[in-house]
Amino acid sequence: MLIRNLCTIAFTAVVLTLAGCSGGVLDPKGQVGVEEKWLIIICTLLMLIVVIPVIVLTLYFAWKYRASRDFEVYTPKWAHSTKIESAVWSIPILIIVVLGVITWKSTHALDPYKPLEGKGEHMTVEVVSLNWKWLFIYPEQGIATVNELVFPADKPVAFKITSEGTMNSFFIPQLGSQIYSMAGMETKLHLIADEPGTYDGFSANYSGEGFTGMNFDAIATPTNDDFEAWVEKVKREGGELDSASYKALTEPTKSHPVEYFADVKDGLFHDIIMKFMKDHGEMNYYSKPKNAVQGRPEATRSHAQHSGAHETEAEE
Amino acid sequence: MSLLGKLSIEALPYHDPIIMSTLTVVAILGVVIAALITKYKKWGVLWSEWITSIDHKRLGVMYIILALIMLMRGFADAIMMRSQLALATNGAEGYLPPDHYDQIFTAHGVIMIIFMAMPFMVGLMNIVLPLQIGARDVAFPFLNNLSFWLTAGGAVLINLSLGLGEFAKTGWVAYPPLSGLTYSPSVGVDYYIWALQISGLGTLLTAVNFLVTVAKMRAPGMKLMQMPIFTWTCTWANILIAASFPILTAVLAMLTLDRYMDFHFFTNEAGGNSMMYINLFWAWGHPEVYILILPAFGIFSEVLSTFTGKRLFGYKSMVYASGAIAILGFIVWLHHFFTMGSSANVNAFFGIMTMIIAVPTGVKLFNWIFTLYRGRLHITTPVLWTLGFMVTFTIGGMTGVLLAIPGADYVLHNSLFLIAHFHNTIIGGAVFGYLAGFTYWFPKAMGFKLDEKWGKSAFWCWQIGFLLAFMPLYVLGFLGMTRRLNSTDNPDWNIWLYIAAIGAVVIAFGILSQVIQLVVSFMKRDELNDKTGDPWDGHTLEWSTASPPQFYNFAKLPHVKDIDTWTDMKEEGEAYKRYESYDPIHMPKNTSAGVTISGSLTVFCFAMIWHIWWLAAVGLVAAIGFYIKRCYTKDVDYYVQPDEIKKIEDEHLKNAPKEVTA
Repeated sequence: MLIRNLCTIAFTAVVLTLAGCSGGVLDPKGQVGVEEKWLIIICTLLMLIVVIPVIVLTLYFAWKYRASRDFEVYTPKWAHSTKIESAVWSIPILIIVVLGVITWKSTHALDPYKPLEGKGEHMTVEVVSLNWKWLFIYPEQGIATVNELVFPADKPVAFKITSEGTMNSFFIPQLGSQIYSMAGMETKLHLIADEPGTYDGFSANYSGEGFTGMNFDAIATPTNDDFEAWVEKVKREGGELDSASYKALTEPTKSHPVEYFADVKDGLFHDIIMKFMKDHGEMNYYSKPKNAVQGRPEATRSHAQHSGAHETEAEE
Repeated sequence: MSLLGKLSIEALPYHDPIIMSTLTVVAILGVVIAALITKYKKWGVLWSEWITSIDHKRLGVMYIILALIMLMRGFADAIMMRSQLALATNGAEGYLPPDHYDQIFTAHGVIMIIFMAMPFMVGLMNIVLPLQIGARDVAFPFLNNLSFWLTAGGAVLINLSLGLGEFAKTGWVAYPPLSGLTYSPSVGVDYYIWALQISGLGTLLTAVNFLVTVAKMRAPGMKLMQMPIFTWTCTWANILIAASFPILTAVLAMLTLDRYMDFHFFTNEAGGNSMMYINLFWAWGHPEVYILILPAFGIFSEVLSTFTGKRLFGYKSMVYASGAIAILGFIVWLHHFFTMGSSANVNAFFGIMTMIIAVPTGVKLFNWIFTLYRGRLHITTPVLWTLGFMVTFTIGGMTGVLLAIPGADYVLHNSLFLIAHFHNTIIGGAVFGYLAGFTYWFPKAMGFKLDEKWGKSAFWCWQIGFLLAFMPLYVLGFLGMTRRLNSTDNPDWNIWLYIAAIGAVVIAFGILSQVIQLVVSFMKRDELNDKTGDPWDGHTLEWSTASPPQFYNFAKLPHVKDIDTWTDMKEEGEAYKRYESYDPIHMPKNTSAGVTISGSLTVFCFAMIWHIWWLAAVGLVAAIGFYIKRCYTKDVDYYVQPDEIKKIEDEHLKNAPKEVTA
């Protein structure tokens, strides 16, 4: 009984948090996050169809057939019933078939590599995880920032992600999916903010001593003009990001302050990925047509022998 | 190069008061125990009857003692983490700097999985499995002793790292490039590698040993589909070990080559690829969790069947469901990293494969429910653990299926939701199972039952403590808190972190209850004495022996016609039969080879960690030397004579229930 009460309390607590929570994955502010929230809720409800009877039956039978109630039926040799066995196999199978269909569809719909449909042109941000900070390069604006990510609300953003050294995970819970950042490789993520606001972003994969402080603010500005104003501000205040200043950034730091760079060396992101491949060929998709950058870069696949993360291109 | 490699006075953590006081306490305890052994002149007994023993029951007891000690160590780590996180809120730093905290969460994971859960599981299997199938020992008794000492060698290494150098600061999965030489240049990762390698070898040998035992040494007449359910689930677990541990060995060997010989399997440079490590690690790591849980499923089945006084419902379903879990367990590893950027097809495949495992698991739960149905349930401590498991694990299973949906995992991956989920299944599943099995088989191994009052107190503290400690983590996961943070700065999270810390304290009372339970039961051992060998009216053959069992287990090998052999024997009046004469029994002799071989290998590993090459050579050569010596030892067995058997059997049967003595 006590267990059941405690579970009820726990579930109530979760539901209350759900209702009143701010921040976190159940308070999404972007299309991807909203879809993922509903996926979680629907699947949980589906599973409760089995979970609740199991818990209730366990406690009920344990109570009903306890030794002191010796007037209950007792069948010591009864150990098989085809009816019950078919039921206990088929009920979970049915639920899993339904969940399986949902999984197949949602996994394709929510593929982080897929540009968001019907949202217009994506803005590109190149993300580099460093020990222990985030570098954001805006190739279209020609600027870069550390530990501050700004984009307009309602504008889909295509993130291209890599790492300088250790593996991290690029995650803004209120906007939706996360994706690993890995050195020498490029991963992709497409997100959008439906509402303006400042959202917590951080690394969701432990990467050493300064990992805890590897946070950034993801700011969705109300309008495009606000974003342009911010770009101007960065251009005004920022220094230059060339090979030397990038090298300085790669030194490990903890809880790094926000930094702006007005002038970014051409192809820096590309160089960061390619630096491990010195003699293994060139990945020059910067010179390719624009849609090759937006979509799935063929060059990444054919040249990188580390291509596990890029297998996605195959089905296109 | 110094004669001591990288080892110097700097390796001692004399500047850290927390570690130094821990070491002092450990040292004092060690001296007290050694003094007590000397006072009661028990060194000889310890050596000749325990350390060199090849008796599977004694090895089982030693495995469980190791597991309980490691449980204390792992729990100390856990409570430090929870208190750190309860203190380090609103931007405060807490009392554990990252350097120390990162070692603690790594050690907690490694110790709890490799040196607590595995030895506990292997210990119970050692004690029970040969008895359940009516065998006199395992197929390779010496190998069994060697396996135990290899595991113990690993445990020694990991605990040495507390006082000498440091442990890995990589998390228990030790993903490169973080665990590579560039980012982890000190000895921590090397301790991790060698401790896992040496104990992994022990585990692999155990699996081979028990697979052969089950294949070749079942009692006459026992078909595979008549083996007790615990034996079956252990067998599935052993198949998993035999198939998956070599992957761990290989992947750690590759990491070793990266770190020692400048190979580039997993480095960023020179064509290395850390994704390969992550795939291989989980190709072992996922089967590993089923290795832990399957034997626990077997324990719950035995406990419910015994304490309802009923046959297990759906025995065949249970066997096939376990097999399905074991096989499916091999094709789901990718769900540990849906966020690596695989294509939707790949992620969806592994997600669906993972959920399919919920089917056989659900079947098991229903079968336990129908074992309760129309039974006569005696609510003893093992039953409480089982009922607690059935409720808790169901919640853990549900959150597991949720994590298996890639779309949900994209936001829950690596969050505290994940931490809550796997503790939900490992504590609520494996640990509750082992503790149920511990209480259930304790009288068989030790000859007296455990005190019920303290047992129940332990259960309630664990169950309530578990809910308090881990339900808040589900909430924190939804609130966006990721794992392995060492301080937080979000006022919304504080309350949940406090509740979780209180939960850890409640679990501490559970562990305290267990310690008191052991002491109280030992004091009252005459009162709790199990004279018949069958304290619970059991169904399977282990209960047909004395408690503790005769060293040869069975004077005459039982004949098996069906499952629940012991119940049948009792009903047909075949139980407690007195024989006029017995045949001599062929038994293996104790040997010191296990402890010398694994001792030398432990020295080798220690020397490798610290780059003391000459000592590494000495250790390796000594290990091979002791092994060759053992190979040429002819004096390895003897026969127990009929008159001695008769004396022991008559003594046991004196206490047998009168009505069946005839």
